[in-house]
Amino acid sequence: MATLEHQNPLVEGLERQPIHPTSVVIFGGTGDLAHRKLLPAFYNLAHEGALPERFNLIAVSRSDIPHGDYRTMARDSIKEHSRREPDPQVLDKLLERVRYVPGSFDDDSVYERLGKELGECDEDAGILYNRVFYLSTAPTFFALIIRKLGEHGLDQIEGADVRVVIEKPFGTRLEEAQALNREVLSVLDESQVFRIDHYLGKETVQNMLAFRFANGLFEPIWNRNFIDYVQITAAEDLGIGRRAGYYDSAGALRDLVENHMLQLLTLLCMEPPVTFTADEVRDEKVKVLHAIQPPAPDEVVRAQYTAGMAEGKDVVGYLDEEGVPDDSKTETYVALKLEVDNWRWAGVPIYLRTGKRLTRKVTEIAVTLKPVPHLAFEAAGSVGVQPNQLIMTMQPNEGVSLSLGAKIPGTRMRIRPVNMEFLYGTAFLSQSPEAYERLIMDVMRGEATLFTRDDEVEAQWRIIDPILESWAGGDVPVYTYPAGTSGPKEADSLLEADDHWRAI
Amino acid sequence: MDASGAAWAEQDCTPATIEAALRSMLKEQFQQDEAYAPARVLNMVVVVDREWRGEVLNRLEQVGRYGASRTILCAVEEGRSTIDAWASITPSTDHGHKPGELALTRERIVLDLGPKHIAKLDTIVDPLVVSDIPTLLWSPHGHPEAIDALLALSQVVLIDSVGEPDPAVALGRARELADQAYIVDLAWLRSTPWRERVATTFDPPQWRPELGRIDEVAVRHRPDSGAAGVLFCAWLASRLGWDAGALVHSNAGLHGTAHGKRTDVRLKLLPDNDQSVPGLAGVEIGTASGMSISLNRGPGGLAATRTDAKGHTSNWTVLGASRGEGGILGEGIRQALLRDPAYEASLACATLMFA
Repeated sequence: MATLEHQNPLVEGLERQPIHPTSVVIFGGTGDLAHRKLLPAFYNLAHEGALPERFNLIAVSRSDIPHGDYRTMARDSIKEHSRREPDPQVLDKLLERVRYVPGSFDDDSVYERLGKELGECDEDAGILYNRVFYLSTAPTFFALIIRKLGEHGLDQIEGADVRVVIEKPFGTRLEEAQALNREVLSVLDESQVFRIDHYLGKETVQNMLAFRFANGLFEPIWNRNFIDYVQITAAEDLGIGRRAGYYDSAGALRDLVENHMLQLLTLLCMEPPVTFTADEVRDEKVKVLHAIQPPAPDEVVRAQYTAGMAEGKDVVGYLDEEGVPDDSKTETYVALKLEVDNWRWAGVPIYLRTGKRLTRKVTEIAVTLKPVPHLAFEAAGSVGVQPNQLIMTMQPNEGVSLSLGAKIPGTRMRIRPVNMEFLYGTAFLSQSPEAYERLIMDVMRGEATLFTRDDEVEAQWRIIDPILESWAGGDVPVYTYPAGTSGPKEADSLLEADDHWRAI
Repeated sequence: MDASGAAWAEQDCTPATIEAALRSMLKEQFQQDEAYAPARVLNMVVVVDREWRGEVLNRLEQVGRYGASRTILCAVEEGRSTIDAWASITPSTDHGHKPGELALTRERIVLDLGPKHIAKLDTIVDPLVVSDIPTLLWSPHGHPEAIDALLALSQVVLIDSVGEPDPAVALGRARELADQAYIVDLAWLRSTPWRERVATTFDPPQWRPELGRIDEVAVRHRPDSGAAGVLFCAWLASRLGWDAGALVHSNAGLHGTAHGKRTDVRLKLLPDNDQSVPGLAGVEIGTASGMSISLNRGPGGLAATRTDAKGHTSNWTVLGASRGEGGILGEGIRQALLRDPAYEASLACATLMFA
């Protein structure tokens, strides 16, 4: 049975492939992300039997509390935020695997204790667990924690894999991202680093790849000859809530455009990879980013919301939100025009816009095709022939919609657009996993396709950095828009003749 | 036709009137609420005895989101010569449907018909299935004539080998059907978590060579679930290249020997009267080098014990919640969209064990 050493014949046909026993360490284990997303995600994976058969979870945070109190806290978080009612027995068994290490992230004794706890887990089981260090902390701690992991020999272990998950934002400027990459890669190999953007864990985002590369219908028209323009919208109806501290230092450009929206753009524009392996896919995405020139100053519009109405209630403007400085110039809305200068996309405007306190919550990509070359139909008495539009919606309703010209019933040949809709959740018979569940599984498997590579994150910043540079000069106006509207009218200036923003 | 709202019924009707009623209801529902989205992925045809119709409908209700896009339930009633039909279009309800909210549209047709319709059931059902999507056939109360009639329009047949008192008969019938359609066997799905765990246990490179040294496999199962146990053993045999010998009844269970490349493997299938739900109760695998692994149902998952060649023992729980019978049926429906290459080889091996 020499082949047994190379492959496991029992995995054939199994939907759930084996995952090596894993110990996960969450830095920032008492933080909001851990409570709302990570702990519930681990519970749901446990419920489905999807965790590695041997698994430990160690939370690290500053709060000086005993194991037992952390387990109680974790139980409450899971009960409150899990997408399903927890099974008490599974939850009890999961919490038995949870340990807590209190201390500051710059404290060497924390890493010594962590090493001891991890070693005890190995010793108890008689095996070496893989390690996943999940940095769910403020970005200022990323480099520090990784450096400390290296100093304490926790970055490598003979006979098992060590992986590090880094939450966004990965830097706030290009230079910072490059410096962070240097620090991270001075300790770790790139294959150990999983820069997470939870958008990529969404089923519909991944479905874009299936939509493009599993259907012969669309690929022949997926180019400058047939596509007139593209709009990517990430609109939110909510304001900044209690996140003034973070949001005012970040703004819409860093919060959504630099990561989520550019990722959507790359998936929309990338060439088909030879195989769907992590590096093949990411190579193609990076090529798209390299083909994008940073936009000129007049190709970007920034704005802040003013007082208005949302969900039928009066709401304050951004500058009156609690915690926002009176003289803040942070944008709550940004729109920009990009072009991908390659053979496939040259000349096709790609408009991006995102904002808070807009009409409604929607994330979508709208691909507008060029109009038909000759109109033989009468327009009188109808809106006439409109270009076909393909809309891929990520939220709130995940799906794909295609607008087609159709004859209005009657004795005359009048045409109007109708929508053909495929709502993702309506067809398939299973519930999509939460984005974090999918991504955590991928980390434990060592599957990096849905994570951002070092050159990818730097290529994203190369596009965004000049915009921030020009804004720092102070001459670029910050326009305004009333809360509850579709954004500033100045955004129209970005559009080429005959293009128009879709209604939000 | 009296179509009102999302439900319709008619006595002594034809497939054409039923199909027209469905189209009419869908149009009406969509006009009232665009969230009724007729994206479809699977037909399911169910043939049942009339007296168990309610129970089967309840089971189908329990699968929730996993329900097929269009379900056609044919209830066979002795002495009936006409067809009565009920049709409904409803939003699937994992958590209730609010107007305007995205809804999974489920279409259900219930037909009461008589034995005389069975031989030509395809002519009744064919106009009612959605074209161009797969059709799953499930006949939990037998009705082999109905299955024969519907096989030509079904791509997948759902069976439960656990439901048959004699595993040899159950697996033989599964093998016959497998020649004509893709089979989803609930008995096989009940063993999935066990197969996953055994595959995982032997996956680390240091343990993998032990697969070639397995010399004993003992499977405990609910008394009526012998087929699930045999399929589990047959899976190991087919994946590991064992030459499976015949199983014989001895004492309370089935015993046999499979011939591996290096060692003979003793197989034991033991009924467990304490097991309350269908399927397996425990698995124990031993190797010639002295290692053993056991998995048993326990609170919060499977209780696992590994003993190495030196006698060191390690215990842990493999986390996971029970899917329940509703979950198993739902998984069976979902599997109609997938293909598991390991089942057919395991089934072939299992039938050899009863040759």
